[in-house]
Amino acid sequence: MTLLTVNGEEVSLDLPEDTPLLWALRDELRLTGTKFGCGIAQCGACTVMVDGMPRRSCVTPVGTLEGASVETIEKVEGPEAKAVQDAWTRIDVPQCGWCQSGQVMSATALLRMNPAPSDEDIDNAMAGNICRCATYVRIRAAIHDAAETLEG
Amino acid sequence: MTKQSRRQFLASSAGLVIGVALPLKGHAQSGAAAALGDGTLSEGAFAPNAFIRIAPDNTVTVLSKHIEFGQGPYTGLATLVADEMDASWDQIRVESAPANDELYKNLAFGLQGTGGSTAMANSWMQMRQAGAAARAMLVAAAAEEWGVDASTISVSAGEVTDGTNRASFGELAEAAARQSVPVEPAVKNRSEFTLIGTEVPKVDSRAKSTGTAEFTLDVYRDGMQTVVTRRPSVIGAKVASFDDSAALEVPGVVAVRQIPQGVAVYAENTAAALKGREALRVEWDMSEAETRSSEEIFAEFSRMAESPGVVVEEEGDSAAALESAETVHEAEFLFPYLAHAPMEPLDAVLEVTGDKAEIWMGAQFPTADKGAVAQVLGLAPENVTMNVMLAGGSFGRRAQPSAHIGAEVAAIAKATGGDGAWKLVWTREDDLTGAYYRPLTVHRMRGGIDADGNITAWEDRVVNQSIMEGTPFDQGGADPTSFEGSTKMPYDLPNRTIDWIKATSPVPVLWWRSVGHTHTGYATEVFLDELLEKAGKDPVQGRLDLMRDDAGRDRAVLERVAEMAGWDGTKVKGDRAYGVAVHESFETYVAQIVEVSDQGGMPRVHKVWVAVDCGIAINPNVIAAQIEGGVGYGLGTALFNELVLGPGGEVLQKNFDTYRMLRISEMPEVEVAIIESEADPTGIGEPGTPPIAPAVANAWRALTGTAPRKLPFAQAGA
Repeated sequence: MTLLTVNGEEVSLDLPEDTPLLWALRDELRLTGTKFGCGIAQCGACTVMVDGMPRRSCVTPVGTLEGASVETIEKVEGPEAKAVQDAWTRIDVPQCGWCQSGQVMSATALLRMNPAPSDEDIDNAMAGNICRCATYVRIRAAIHDAAETLEG
Repeated sequence: MTKQSRRQFLASSAGLVIGVALPLKGHAQSGAAAALGDGTLSEGAFAPNAFIRIAPDNTVTVLSKHIEFGQGPYTGLATLVADEMDASWDQIRVESAPANDELYKNLAFGLQGTGGSTAMANSWMQMRQAGAAARAMLVAAAAEEWGVDASTISVSAGEVTDGTNRASFGELAEAAARQSVPVEPAVKNRSEFTLIGTEVPKVDSRAKSTGTAEFTLDVYRDGMQTVVTRRPSVIGAKVASFDDSAALEVPGVVAVRQIPQGVAVYAENTAAALKGREALRVEWDMSEAETRSSEEIFAEFSRMAESPGVVVEEEGDSAAALESAETVHEAEFLFPYLAHAPMEPLDAVLEVTGDKAEIWMGAQFPTADKGAVAQVLGLAPENVTMNVMLAGGSFGRRAQPSAHIGAEVAAIAKATGGDGAWKLVWTREDDLTGAYYRPLTVHRMRGGIDADGNITAWEDRVVNQSIMEGTPFDQGGADPTSFEGSTKMPYDLPNRTIDWIKATSPVPVLWWRSVGHTHTGYATEVFLDELLEKAGKDPVQGRLDLMRDDAGRDRAVLERVAEMAGWDGTKVKGDRAYGVAVHESFETYVAQIVEVSDQGGMPRVHKVWVAVDCGIAINPNVIAAQIEGGVGYGLGTALFNELVLGPGGEVLQKNFDTYRMLRISEMPEVEVAIIESEADPTGIGEPGTPPIAPAVANAWRALTGTAPRKLPFAQAGA
């Protein structure tokens, strides 16, 4: 039994300790916005925040999350998340959309740490998120756009 | 299913479009009501045809006969309808149409399906007529209610008015449903378009930015089990025997059963299913497997390329012209197997209740998968309901004449012998080792140049497996998807022979974003670039000089891209080199110029200029996005991707750690210009892909002296 907080609510997960957080979120909590892409932390589709930091949920065992606070795409909040999601919509970033929850989480984490990232900062922060539709040009533009929004 | 050549129908689609769109007569509700069943239309709703529903709440729902996996048909098809209706974009909703070949066939295929970059091209008149019919009926209803002549009524941004009375579509829906359906609704002239040609926001961007868009993997049914299948790591191997004792001890694993596709592990959740599969022990029967390595297959295809094949295009006498040529240039190009690797691996959910079944999946040929479920389970096809879901990419992978996913999930249900619900999950390992690859291909090229620098001979021999053979698209004879693009080049090359040798292998092959053009674009544009260099010609001007008189659209994109990039004939400036390629596919013309530098022995692509002519631009923003994506997809593949069959045939790349994807740090800047056109729209999902690899190779040759003879640039293991 693991006790943790998911999107501000306390949950107890009665699952084997090695169960990846990804499948606990999806199969147990039905938080399906977090996606499966590779299962080996290569693509970033499953990115969530754990205690405020982006984490690949596909390789994060629930047994390591006792007392942790998990934030998923369904409830990611704050000015950075809003700015990112609004920019994503305005610039029509998504194509198929499968990777975009993870992209939005990584971009939000970046802007929380660095409100005015350069292209290089963006490349470094986002290089772990694969987009097979190659929406990268727009991801870069949308992060700059969100940063400008935040700057007001 | 009817036997139709995709190619042939593409060629003749313009003639097929008109007149098939709408119920020619009959009751107004006959379209969508018939397709959707009586229960799905809300009270007072209006369904003028199979594609449009107008609800009393004033929403207009467009039913998309094409699957949405990022290429934009939901937005594009809805734009056509909304423009002809003079609807407000805000009131437009889009849903997937159900599986029904009769109502929702792709007019280029004759069956329901998405592929070949045909979604907008085949729907162009059909969806506009559907919108125009709806508009006419709304106007007729208003005229009747207000007692005025229909000619006094105008419609704008979803409002119907005669200057005195005003009504929304929703208010008129019920009365409009009583009007007769116009037989030949007049569509707008181009000057009357209000939405077509503008950048209306995509209908799915918000949901896909907030995690609320629902895909197949997100479907959960009561009591549903998750199932993963252990498949062979050598393609074509079959289960000889298996030991499930350890798997069955994994908590959450419910059952293990053999199915035709392998050994299926049924579990209460995904984590348990995966752990159970790990614990399975399976012995494989290799008698029908592809046990050759890629290296051995390449060697055999190269040997085959020494003898002539079936001539698929010929002009003059290339052999004689080569004999008398001043300079003869030869090259052999090798193209590996490639996986599509959509971000959402394949999946499906099936629920069986008595003699009925319902399936959820990102089916690109939905009636085929529905049919497969019916066949495997022994159900009447009308008792199977298909829900076409948003899909996390495809690039051709989900366009399955084999309907192998429908068949697999049905086999999983059948093996239990009872009712229930099952979610079939493919992992990335299943995806990459699961075949249906872009065919491994060899091109053997020979060219001749005379003393004056004219290209006097051109030979291109293609060796690969047929994609269409044995599918409903097979027409017998040479398979055009094997060599399309090597034929019908825009250049006037006298003494030209294109021939094809059909190879065989147990490895299933499939169309992969731009199909034959994935390799023909590279072979032809790299080889031509080399001939031009040997002839002392400029890559841009040399191409323009060679273009046939009827290749005006190829010429226009090439001229435009040269202008955009400031092409002045200088191939290397400092540490940067420039390369060009032009290639038509799916009746869309694309030219690209790239700026490349050498980064540790690999090309670093900084900038890509693209000019594209895809006819009337329905949504320039979506077109640009597809070009950007097509460039990234083709570039990542050219740089990194090869699906290698190792010794004994084992697939060596099993996940993204070894099948490396392009990342944001490797994505070039992309500048797109769309040629102004009066021609009907053509495809955009695929044509951005073919020119990028040859353009990069041509720049690389300018920089280093050689263009790769075997793709990718980074050889596996290098």
